[in-house]
Amino acid sequence: MTAGRRRPLRNAIALIAGVVACWQIAYWIVGNVALRSPLQTIRYTIELAQTSLFWLHLANTLQAFGAALAIAIALGLLIGFALGMHRLSADAMEPMLVALYSIPKITLYPILLLAFGLGMSAKVAFGAIHGIIPVALFTLNAVRGIKPILLKTGRVLKLDAKAMIRSILFPAAVPEIFTGLRVGFSLTLIGTVLGEMFAAQHGLGYLLMNAIGLYNVDVIMSVTFLLVVFAAVVNGVLLAIDRRLHFRG
Amino acid sequence: MSRVTRYQAAVIGGFVLLLEALCVGGVIDKVTMPPPHRIAVDFVKLLTSKAMYPEIAKSMANVLLAFALAYIVGIATGTALHGYRTLRDTLDPLFATYYAIPVFAFYPLFIVMFGLGDGPQVLIGFLLGVVAVIVTTLNGLDRVPVVLRKTALIARLSPLHTALRVTLPFCAPYLLTAAKLALAYAFIGVIGSEFIMARAGMGYEIGFAYTNFDNATMYPLILLILLLSIAMNGALSHWEKVLLARRGQA
Repeated sequence: MTAGRRRPLRNAIALIAGVVACWQIAYWIVGNVALRSPLQTIRYTIELAQTSLFWLHLANTLQAFGAALAIAIALGLLIGFALGMHRLSADAMEPMLVALYSIPKITLYPILLLAFGLGMSAKVAFGAIHGIIPVALFTLNAVRGIKPILLKTGRVLKLDAKAMIRSILFPAAVPEIFTGLRVGFSLTLIGTVLGEMFAAQHGLGYLLMNAIGLYNVDVIMSVTFLLVVFAAVVNGVLLAIDRRLHFRG
Repeated sequence: MSRVTRYQAAVIGGFVLLLEALCVGGVIDKVTMPPPHRIAVDFVKLLTSKAMYPEIAKSMANVLLAFALAYIVGIATGTALHGYRTLRDTLDPLFATYYAIPVFAFYPLFIVMFGLGDGPQVLIGFLLGVVAVIVTTLNGLDRVPVVLRKTALIARLSPLHTALRVTLPFCAPYLLTAAKLALAYAFIGVIGSEFIMARAGMGYEIGFAYTNFDNATMYPLILLILLLSIAMNGALSHWEKVLLARRGQA
């Protein structure tokens, strides 16, 4: 914790250099059949970014991801607060949520397809089911773990349920809840892309699945590269905020 | 305890009854989902007919293989990595973003490299699980009290023996958490790969049944996968609880 300010930056640069080096070595070993070198991938990504079709797919994915994330956060917080504030519900539902968290949700995709049909709503649903449970679980545990003295203070001040959530429960639980949101973000993104791979005709996931079908290595590498960069950047920012929140508390 | 169990039974029972009512009432049509009692009948049929046994055995063997590989390699890597602070700090952001990588995108690459068989599927399950095991192992090792390490030093244990006799046994609850994660990811990796491209296995059969509107096969198979993963996860959770309770008393 007492590490200098420069350390994280140095580590990030070392990591990126290491990953790029491994990638290049893997390319030398495997060859053009199944891989592209880092330079080729970036070049093709720039090429891809100049086509209007690519932006259409990207916009579609962002739209689906945004909707899925909004649903996952809203429902997750709602479930987490509702269960966390009630002892028996929290004790009974927590193990069930953990069990739901561990099931391979990918097996549910045919059911979602049948229920929502091929398209936007199916992939939003697929993204959302990946994100709701971690947000709910972290929120539930955060609310349940609040020090009793804070709650007693609220009761002494005769706060109603709404004021209690706004001025005591939420601020006290924020660091844990934020961790839940961070995990939820990653899982919703992967869920949305998986949903697109199996159940869509637009979006980056569809582009990826299509490229897998046609075995277009250029597109596979570029789309994967873009997804990883996007996830890494947002996750890095969220992780920094997360650490700051926990450090303060 | 029994109040909690009753609560859980009521939630599950209520959910099944609700589905049954929605299906019978026609809110959910038959093409989308057969009523739960119908799925239960089909489920029994599926298990007694034995036609699916080779598929089930194949998928489960791959799941267990991917799990075992991810678990052993993950614990070994985590233990080896624990001593190297700088390397760990450098790899930390990679571990944090790892689960945003769509590992399935590499599946075709693996098929080209290893052929359309069990190899690529096991590899996907392994890649999904291994990082979770490494991170959990590191977490557990961070909590080993200094006195235990000093004792190992005094007893002149080699690093390997220190890990096997002292630090890893201390981390047992963490290693069980790691096992649960590795198992969940092994299921996702193997079944997911079978959905995308395979010649056999439960995931392949579900995809096949889906394209043929064969709900009588699809729903029981999905139910079977869910039950298997919940049962295995539940067994590990129970073991974890027993272990924690014993340590609490000690």
